[in-house]
Amino acid sequence: MPSLKDLRVRIASVKSTQKITSAMKMVAAAKLRRAQEQAEASRPFSDRMGRMLANVAGSAKGSAGAPRLLSGTGSEKRHLLVVATADRGLCGGFNSNIAREGRRAIELLKAEGKEVQVLCVGRKGRDILRRLYPNDIIDTIEDVAKPALTYESAEAIGQRILQMFDEDSFDVCQIVYARFKSAMTQVVTREQLIPFVPAPPQDDEEEAPQESSLAPGQVYDYEPEQEEILAELLPLNLSVQIYKALLENNASEQGARMTAMDSATRNAGDMIKNLTLTYNRTRQAVITRELIEIISAKEAM
Amino acid sequence: MAETLQFELVSPERLLASEQVAMVVVPGSEGDFGVLPRHAPLIATVRPGAISVYETRAEVSRRIFVAGGFAEVVGDRCTVLVEEAIPVEELDRAAVEQALREAREDASDAKNDQERADANKRIKIAEEQLRVLKR
Repeated sequence: MPSLKDLRVRIASVKSTQKITSAMKMVAAAKLRRAQEQAEASRPFSDRMGRMLANVAGSAKGSAGAPRLLSGTGSEKRHLLVVATADRGLCGGFNSNIAREGRRAIELLKAEGKEVQVLCVGRKGRDILRRLYPNDIIDTIEDVAKPALTYESAEAIGQRILQMFDEDSFDVCQIVYARFKSAMTQVVTREQLIPFVPAPPQDDEEEAPQESSLAPGQVYDYEPEQEEILAELLPLNLSVQIYKALLENNASEQGARMTAMDSATRNAGDMIKNLTLTYNRTRQAVITRELIEIISAKEAM
Repeated sequence: MAETLQFELVSPERLLASEQVAMVVVPGSEGDFGVLPRHAPLIATVRPGAISVYETRAEVSRRIFVAGGFAEVVGDRCTVLVEEAIPVEELDRAAVEQALREAREDASDAKNDQERADANKRIKIAEEQLRVLKR
C-alpha cells in the first residue's frame, strides 16, 4: 500500500509528463501543417519534372548514347540504399518502421548475393541499423530538416550520391522513406533513384491533369539534342526525387509524432484518474482509521 | 485577340506563376525563343537569363530572372522548371556586383573541379543578372 505522499508525488509527476506530451503534440501539429504545405507546394515541380523526363527518357531508352543514369551500369551487383528517417525519436513506430523496411531490403539483397551499402539520412535510422550492419553504413547525414528543410539540402545529398555514382561505387540506388498519407497512416515506400525508372502510377492519384500530355503521333522538338537535355535533366531529377522523399518523410514524422503524443496524453489522463481514485480511497481509509483509534481510545478510558 | 497560352513557372519549392498570357520569351541555351499559342511541342534547356512575359502581344508585362532550368511546351501550355527565379525589378545591382566579386574570388582560389565549376556557374548567373539589369 503506497503512502499518501507517494501517491501525491506520482500524480504530480504524471501530470507534468502529460503537460510535456500535450505541448509536443501541439508543436507537432503546427509543424505538420507547415510540412504538409511545403510538400504540397513542391508537388507541381516534381510532377512536371516526372512527366517531362518520362517523355524524353521513353524515346531515348533504346539508343546507345543514353546516359548511365538512365541505362544503368550494365550490372546490378552493388546497391546503395538511402534510408531516410528522423533525427529525433518520440514519434511512435515511425523510425522503426522505416528501419525495418530498410533491414528487410538489405536482407533480401544480401540473400540474392548482392553487395549493399547504406547511406543514412537521420540519426535514428543510423542508430538502429548500426547495431545490425556496422560495416555497411558508409555515412550518416544529420539535421537535414534543421532549421528548415530546403531544396539545397536535398541537392547536397543528390550531389553526394552522383559523385559516388561517377566514382563507380554502386550500380543501383534506392531510397526508403515514409510516404505521407494522413496524420495516422504513413506508408513506408522503397523507390529506385538510379537508374531512372518512370514513376509508377500512385494508388491515391487524384484527377491527373492529362490535358497537356502529348497527343499520339506528335513528337517533341529538342533544343539542344535529346542526350544533352537528358544529361542535365537526370541529375536534377535525382535531387528533386530526394527532396520530395525528404518532404514526405518530414510530414510523416510530424504526423506520427502528433498521433503518438496524442495517445500518450490520453494515457497520462487515464493514469491520473486512476491514481487520484486510489489517492482519495487511501485518504478516506486513513481518516476512518484515525477515527476508530480516537473512539476506541476514548472507550478504554 | 482571344488566344492565350498557359504559362507556368515552377521551382522545387513552389509554383511561382501560373497565368494566361499572350506570349513568353524564354532564354533557351541555344538562343531565346518566343512561345505563342499553338507552338510545336518542344523541350529545351534554359540558360541563366530573363523570361519576358507578354500579357498582351504589344508589351512586356513582367520579366523574371531565372538561373537556368528546363522548358516544356505542349499544346497551349508552356512550363518552365527552374531552380531559382527572381523578378527582375527585385534584383539589386549592388548585391549582384558583390556576388559577382565573391564568385570570382571563389573561382580563383577553388581547390578542386567541383568548387571551380560551382563558382563559374555563379559568375555566369551574376553576369547575366547584370546584363538583364542594363537593359
